Amino acid sequence: MKKSTLFTAGLSTLAVAVLAGCAGNSSSNLPSNAELDAMALKMEQSSFHDKGIVKVKEALTLDDTLRACDAAAVAGHPLDPATAKKLEAENLKAIQWPTDGKYLGDWKSGEKIAQSGRGRTWNDKADAANGGNCYNCHQIDPKEISYGTIGPSLYHYGKLRGVTDPNSPQAQEVVKYTWGKIWNAKAYNACSNMPRAGYKGILTQKQVADIMALLLDPKSPVNQ
Amino acid sequence: MTVHKLAAAAAALGLIAATTVAIAQKTSTEAIEEYREMLQDGNPADLYEMKGEELWKKARGPKNASLEKCDLGLGAGVTKGVFVQLPRYFADTNQVQDLESRLVTCMSTLQGIDPKEVINGQWGKGERANATALATWVAAQSKGMQFHLPQSQPQERIAYEMGKRAFFQSGGSHDFSCATCHGEEGKRIRLQDLPNLTKNPGDGIGFAAWPAYRVSNGQMWTMQHRLNDCYRQQRFPEPTYGSAITIALGVYMGVNAQGAKSAVPTIKR
Amino acid sequence: MGDPMRIRAQAKDGNVLVRILMSHEMESGQRKDASGKIVPAWWIQEVTAKLNDKQVFSCEWGPAVSKNPFLEFTVKGGKAGDKVSVSWKDSKGDTRTDEATVS
Repeated sequence: MKKSTLFTAGLSTLAVAVLAGCAGNSSSNLPSNAELDAMALKMEQSSFHDKGIVKVKEALTLDDTLRACDAAAVAGHPLDPATAKKLEAENLKAIQWPTDGKYLGDWKSGEKIAQSGRGRTWNDKADAANGGNCYNCHQIDPKEISYGTIGPSLYHYGKLRGVTDPNSPQAQEVVKYTWGKIWNAKAYNACSNMPRAGYKGILTQKQVADIMALLLDPKSPVNQ
Repeated sequence: MTVHKLAAAAAALGLIAATTVAIAQKTSTEAIEEYREMLQDGNPADLYEMKGEELWKKARGPKNASLEKCDLGLGAGVTKGVFVQLPRYFADTNQVQDLESRLVTCMSTLQGIDPKEVINGQWGKGERANATALATWVAAQSKGMQFHLPQSQPQERIAYEMGKRAFFQSGGSHDFSCATCHGEEGKRIRLQDLPNLTKNPGDGIGFAAWPAYRVSNGQMWTMQHRLNDCYRQQRFPEPTYGSAITIALGVYMGVNAQGAKSAVPTIKR
Repeated sequence: MGDPMRIRAQAKDGNVLVRILMSHEMESGQRKDASGKIVPAWWIQEVTAKLNDKQVFSCEWGPAVSKNPFLEFTVKGGKAGDKVSVSWKDSKGDTRTDEATVS
C-alpha cells in the first residue's frame, strides 16, 4: 500500500472537507457525528501501511461486534443490553468446541503459553507459535509477581468454582464456559477487552486445552 | 540512610511502631520506583537535547540553512512554550501538525531536506534520528509548563474528534484499541502502570511524558515512536510517520491533558 | 572526536562531586543484529579526569559498562571556580575531552 506523506494525505483532506461547505451545521462549525465517523474511517485507512505479516485490509476491518462496541465507547455510554445479547449470541455460535472432546491438556505447557506474548505483530513470523498474552492482564500462578490488572485475578480459578474433578458432570458447566471464554470472550460479554484467542486463530485447540488445565486442573499451581 | 531518618522521626513523635514499618520489606513496585528515581540523575536524554540544540543552529541540507527561522506555532524561531501547544493548526501547510511533522516541514522548506528521509527512515538513524534529537531539545524548552493546546480553529476541533474516534477504534487479531489499555483508571499491564488517557492523567504522565529516554533499549522515543510501538503491540499494521491518525491522537491526548505540566524529557524503563 | 559529554561539578564541604554523562554506544561485542551477525565490539577503554591541571581520576572499562555511561565520583579538595576536564579514549582510537567549571 502506498505510504501517504504529510503533504498528500492526512488532515489536509479533512480540512478541505470542512472548508468546502458545512451548510446546515450548528454554530460549532463541525461536521455531523455521522460525517465525523466516516472521516475517521477514511483517516484510519490512509494512515497505515502493510508491514510484515500484518495487512491493512485484514487488520482494520471491523465486524459487527467491534463496530457496535466502539461506537458506544465513542458516545460515552455502555452498549444497550438488547444489542449486546444479540452480539453475544453471534459470538457464541462461532465457538469451536474441542474436536477430540478433550477440554484439558497439560498445565505446565499452559503456564508457558500464558507467559508468552509472542505472535501476530509485524515483527513476528507467520509460522511461529503464538502466546496467550495472559499475564499481561491477569494474575494466574501467584509465584509470578509480574502480572497485569486489566482483567480479574485468575488465582484459585478452579478451586473457587468448586472444581475438584474437571471430568465430572458437575464441573461441565464451568469447563464449557471456560473453554468458550478463552475461545471467544465476546460470547459472554460483547464488549470484553479480552482477545478472542480461538476465534481469531491466535491459539490452537491444544494450546487452549493447556491453558484450561492451568486454570482447572486441581494439580495446577493456580489451585494450590 | 532512609531508615535512620525514619527512626529519628518516629522516636521524636514517640511512635515506636513506625520504626518497624520503616524496616519492613519493599514491594516490587517500590523497588522499581527507587531504581527509576536513581536513573533520573544523568538521564541520557540530556545528550539528545544537546544534539538537538546543535542541529537547530547548524546550517545543513541542500539549502545550507539552519532551523532558526522555523515556526513551531509561536512565530519564527520561537522554541520556548511551543511544545505544550502542539499539535495545532498551521496556515502555511493548511494542516494540524504535531512537533515531529512540523520539524520535518521546516527541515524541508528551510533546509531542502526531503521529508521522505524521515518518513521512510528508520528509528535511531539518519534524518529520523535528527528529528528525534530536535524534538527532544524543543520539547525540553517547555519543561514544567502546562499543556494548553489551541482548539480555536475548526480543523483543530475536528482533529480532536478524529483522535477520539481513533482512540476507541478496535483492530488487529487481538481486537485491541488504545482504550483497551488506556481507557480505565488504575490498571497496569504486567508491572507497568497505565495512565487513563481519556482524561488528564496528571503532571508528567502520558502525553506529558514523551519524548522519553527508554533505558531498556537505550533509545530516545518521541510520541511518534511511542504510538508506533503501541500499534505494533496492538497487532495493527504500521502507522506512517506523521500520518493523520498519529496527529489526531496527539490532539486528543493533549487536549485531555490540559493543565498538566510537561516533565519532558523523562526517563522510562 | 566523539559526541559531547555532559559534566556537572559541584563543590560541597571541601570536596567536589563530579557527575558525567557520556554519549557512547558501548557495544560489548556479544550482541547480534537482526540478521544474526555479531555487532562489533566498540567501547570506551579509558577515562581520565583532571582538576585544574592535576590528574585526579582514571579508570579502565570493559564490555560490562552499558550504553551512554553515567559516571559519578568525589574529589577531595577543590572549590568553586576550579576547572574539571574529563577525557575518554575508545577501542577504535577515538577520543573526547570536555570541560566544566566547578559551581
